[in-house]
This record gives sequence, structure tokens and C-alpha cells, in this order.
Amino acid sequence: MTRLSEVLQGIRPECNFTQSVNFMEDGLLDSFDLIMLVSELDSKFQISIDGIDIVPENFQNIDSIKELLARYDVQL
Amino acid sequence: MNLYFEGKRITGLLTIIPSHEQSFIEDMKEFNFPEARSRKLMQVMGYDKHRLVASQDTCVSDLVVHGLSYLFENDLLEPDSFDALILVTQTPDYQMPPTSNVIQGRLQLKQDLICLDINQGCAGYIVGLTQAFLLLEQTNINKVLLVNADILSRSTSTKDRNSYPLIGDAASITVVESDPAAAPVHANIKMDGVRHEALIIPAGGMKLPRSEKTAILQEDAEGNLRAQDHLRMDGSAVFNFVQAEVPSMISALMDFSGASVNEIDWYLFHQPNRFMLQKLAEKMRIPPEKMPMNVVGQYGNSSGVTIPITVTSNLKEQLLRNQFHVCLAGFGVGLTWGSMLMKLGNMQFCEMIDY
Repeated sequence: MTRLSEVLQGIRPECNFTQSVNFMEDGLLDSFDLIMLVSELDSKFQISIDGIDIVPENFQNIDSIKELLARYDVQL
Repeated sequence: MNLYFEGKRITGLLTIIPSHEQSFIEDMKEFNFPEARSRKLMQVMGYDKHRLVASQDTCVSDLVVHGLSYLFENDLLEPDSFDALILVTQTPDYQMPPTSNVIQGRLQLKQDLICLDINQGCAGYIVGLTQAFLLLEQTNINKVLLVNADILSRSTSTKDRNSYPLIGDAASITVVESDPAAAPVHANIKMDGVRHEALIIPAGGMKLPRSEKTAILQEDAEGNLRAQDHLRMDGSAVFNFVQAEVPSMISALMDFSGASVNEIDWYLFHQPNRFMLQKLAEKMRIPPEKMPMNVVGQYGNSSGVTIPITVTSNLKEQLLRNQFHVCLAGFGVGLTWGSMLMKLGNMQFCEMIDY
């Protein structure tokens, strides 16, 4: 399991994130889960995701989260 | 819009908090979510306890009359000494008359008094102070009472995890006076009515009067249950608004005043939740110890009263004998966002009381 998958599973252990292209539309994450996800990513990767980056488009699926993290020099 | 004032300052502050305390652990039982997810939310957002009125009969005027009576009885304020009473609230006693007039009547204050109600929320302390300073430009007005008060718990669904755990009820009374020796005050305020639905109570006005239909609970996409009579907050839209607008607002205020971020002693911001404040502090490179974030977890988010509570719960004794350079900021319903740089201190009173 990748480090990103570990974070996602920690928030919603019952969900399969690899099958979804849109976590919000598929009901895997809600707006508060997004906040928790950002908090976990900040902590896990020792970064501080800018508030203006905390929008659903950056957390739609695993690829979009990877793109976001790459902007903070986190390579997965 | 940039604003500049001279010869005016805050000389006293009292906050009034309901004695009834409720915990997030109790609130959780009402939510349509697994307990484990709610507990994680509690940690990240800083939810813990909040103060709410115990009775569904308690109104804004009750909190304010209690506070003013305390000031009168303890010789902290003379009943006839102020020339205007500005009430900033989203939860008035009546649709008409103005609740400021109701307060005037209940306390039998003098008729030579300007009473004003302003419908504002989380930016209401900045909007109210601005109005108080503007009134003080009149030579016949030497002292203004700014009253911020809200009882939003009565208009919030207990089954709405988006709103209920953060709501707090409270009131504050700020005495604002002319003082030729006062340091200048710099402020800026912006508003965007295009986004007015981001924070709204849909029913209860003339657009959609309350009815049996507006009282029906409906489930949203995230599992929250609320009626049209209840506060509805688009959490993502509000979060994004704050993160986009507030840092640039503070930067513009610093440019306008000539101050630097480092020379400010305290950043006394509205407190919607801890996560939002932490993100703002990181973005603006404000040391967290200069930005108190402890109010929302102790008392809840009481809209325009969170800034006064931040002052009375963190700085009250220091403000009686010292003076600090402070940056105030409020942001929320409207949408409205405003900030103010001023010297705060050497106050005649700075206290918190229970209701």
C-alpha cells in the first residue's frame, strides 16, 4: 500500500479509493473528510497545503492528489 | 474600502456568555455519522465545548440587558453617559421594532439616544466599530455603545454536523469614546453579495415566511438534517472564501497603515474553527502564539462576538494596564470581510460574565 493510500484508508477504512475517479461524487469523501485528509497529508509529508489549494478539484482522485503533492515537492 | 479614523478608542469591554455548556461528545449522538469520524473531526477542527442559551425563550435583549445592568450596578458605566447604542445581530427579538430600541426601553435609557440595529454576523465587530467611529465624528456624540449579540443556536439544527457543533451564543458590550490622544485606526471592509447564499437562513423573512413546510427536516448529500428555518452553511465555499480573501485583506491593511506583520502584538481574528485559523496563520506567516485560537473550542463560534471573547478570555487583565498594537479581522455572512489595526488597552474594564 502506498503512503497516500494509507492516509486515505485511515480516513475511510471501509472505502476502496483505487476504483473511484471522483471521491466526492462517489460518496467516499465529504467536505469534512477533505479537511481531515489535508490535516493528515500535512502531518504525514511535513508540508503545509495552502488554504487556497483546499478545493475539491485537487482531491478528486489519487492522481489529482499526487499532482497537488508534487507541487509541494512530495514525490510518491 | 480603506477607512481611517483619529481620536477614538475602545475604553471598556464586557462579554456575556450563557452558563449552559454543551460538549461535542454530547452533540455527536445527534449526528448521522459514525462516531469515529466525528471524533477525528473534533481533533482537527478544535471542537470541544460550546456555550448555548439553556432556554428557547432567551433572546438577544435578555443577554444585553443582563450585561448592561451589570455595568450600571458596578459603576462601570453611567446609564445616561452614552449617546448611541448600536446593536449588531442576526437574531433580533422581533422583525420589527429594532431590538436596540427594545433594549433602550427595558432599561429606561434616555430618549436622546440613537439606537441602530445592523444585520451582520462574523464580520460584525469590524462593521460595528466602523459605525461607532463614524458616529463619533459628530460633535454631540462622545460615547457609543457597540453591542454584538447572537443566539444562533435557536436557528440551527442539532442534526447538522456542518453547523451545530461550532455554534455558540453570546453578547458583548464595547464602549467606544472620543479621545484626542488616541492612536490612529486603520481599517478595510469588503462585501460580496453575489455569494450571499453561502451562509443563510432561508426562511423567516418576507422572501420565504416560516411555515410548517419550512420546518420539515431534509437530508443533504453529506447526511446532515436541517430545515429551511435553520442556518445553512456551505462549508467548502466559506472555507475557500476565507482562505482566498483574508490574507490579501491583511496584506492590504498593512500596506495602507505602513505597519509590518512582525510589529503587531496580537492578531485577534474571528474564530470559526481551529483548522481555518491555523491555515490563515501559516499563509500569513503569523506566529501561532500571536493568534489565539482557543475560543471556538471553549465557547463556540458566536459570530461577531468571537473577537470580543478572544480579548476578554486571553488578555483581560493585561488590557487594564498595558496597550497593544492589535489586528482585528472578521469574515463571514454577506459575504463580508473586514479588518482593523488599532492600539488596544488602558481600558477602564475588560471582563467576562455568565448569563
